[in-house]
Amino acid sequence: MKYTDYYAALGVERGASADEIKKAYRRLAQKYHPDVSKEPGAESKFKEVAEAYQTLKDPEKRAAYDALGSRPQGEEFRPPPDWTRQHGGNGSEQFSFDDIDFADLFSRFGARGAQGARGGMPGQDFEVPVEISIEDAFRGTTLSLSLSMPEYDANGQLRRVPHTVKARIAAGAVDGQRLRLPGKGGKGFRGGRDGDLYLDISLKPHRLYRATGHDLYLDLPLSPSEAALGTSLEIPTLAGAVSLKIPAGTSSGRKLRLSGRGLPNPRGGAGDLFAVAQIVVPSALSDRERESYQRLAADSNFEPRRHFREEGA
Amino acid sequence: MNHETEVLWLDEHRAVSLHELVEISGLGEAELLELVHSGALPVRETVGGYSFSARVVTVARTACRLRDDFELDTRGVGVALRLLERVRDLEQEIARLRAQTPGI
Repeated sequence: MKYTDYYAALGVERGASADEIKKAYRRLAQKYHPDVSKEPGAESKFKEVAEAYQTLKDPEKRAAYDALGSRPQGEEFRPPPDWTRQHGGNGSEQFSFDDIDFADLFSRFGARGAQGARGGMPGQDFEVPVEISIEDAFRGTTLSLSLSMPEYDANGQLRRVPHTVKARIAAGAVDGQRLRLPGKGGKGFRGGRDGDLYLDISLKPHRLYRATGHDLYLDLPLSPSEAALGTSLEIPTLAGAVSLKIPAGTSSGRKLRLSGRGLPNPRGGAGDLFAVAQIVVPSALSDRERESYQRLAADSNFEPRRHFREEGA
Repeated sequence: MNHETEVLWLDEHRAVSLHELVEISGLGEAELLELVHSGALPVRETVGGYSFSARVVTVARTACRLRDDFELDTRGVGVALRLLERVRDLEQEIARLRAQTPGI
């Protein structure tokens, strides 16, 4: 297994006092806790910090950790032969380090308690962020999640066990939707209930649509003539193209609603699709176009900034 | 196990009882009730016992993490939940405005 430097994770010296360790943990927890931090990588950083604190705050676990010696971070190693007997084992159990993570090494202290506990220990809950496409949210999808979960074996040792969980996500999931898969977290130990798996759904950015709740927004570029004269256009929706009448005199920012063309609501109905008009002009004009615009400018008495004058008067 | 599993939507259409919330959040009944009484945890109805929107499951689990990871008492957890709710509301408002803002 690979060695993890818990003192470095907390930014303290190996001889740090319990109070110094607690203060370092609190400072880092406030910075990286996933419920309060938006820093990139905060969750994994917090896991490192929490794992280090869980071991170093407990005198028995800290002594066992210190007995492993000081090693470079990430160095492959095996605990000394008598380490199991001296720290955390009863001397008789066969203990293999072959398929155990460093993070799980110190769980045996808790597991001894679990073995003695009457009701067993519940399995761990897990939260997994899942990104799905807007198309998948529209049609529904089946997720196949490959997860590695720590589970207690028959000896009460935590080991990483690969799991594949298939979950059908019905149509209508929105950004921020939380789902609970009961009993699909870590296995309980000796009669303890199995943990739950929680999925935190987010929608991937889409090249055309922006979602808010069940509503979708679509930019609708219009030429000046289309916006001024009105037209009828094919609009792409998630269920296929539909025809939309653009009223004459449509300005930029006007929202044209296509009722029920957004994401379906699992409880019935659907959100709307809003096509947001954006008047765009060519970056370069042909001679004929320039002449037409010049003639229009001369003939038109349209005053788009009249309100400037009225407010100032 | 490769078969498809039961999926529960944690939304306002599903209700959970106080007993269920105790079971799945990691908080004790007294802690949950203190959070309810302080207004930090929205309760749906009180006729015949407390009932919660399934959305509260996520909030209660967050409360449990805050309690454990920051060693907070219930009052501290309640304040943190209210602040997190305000942040979440503001983030949703920003997301809504961004969705409505043309990208071209």
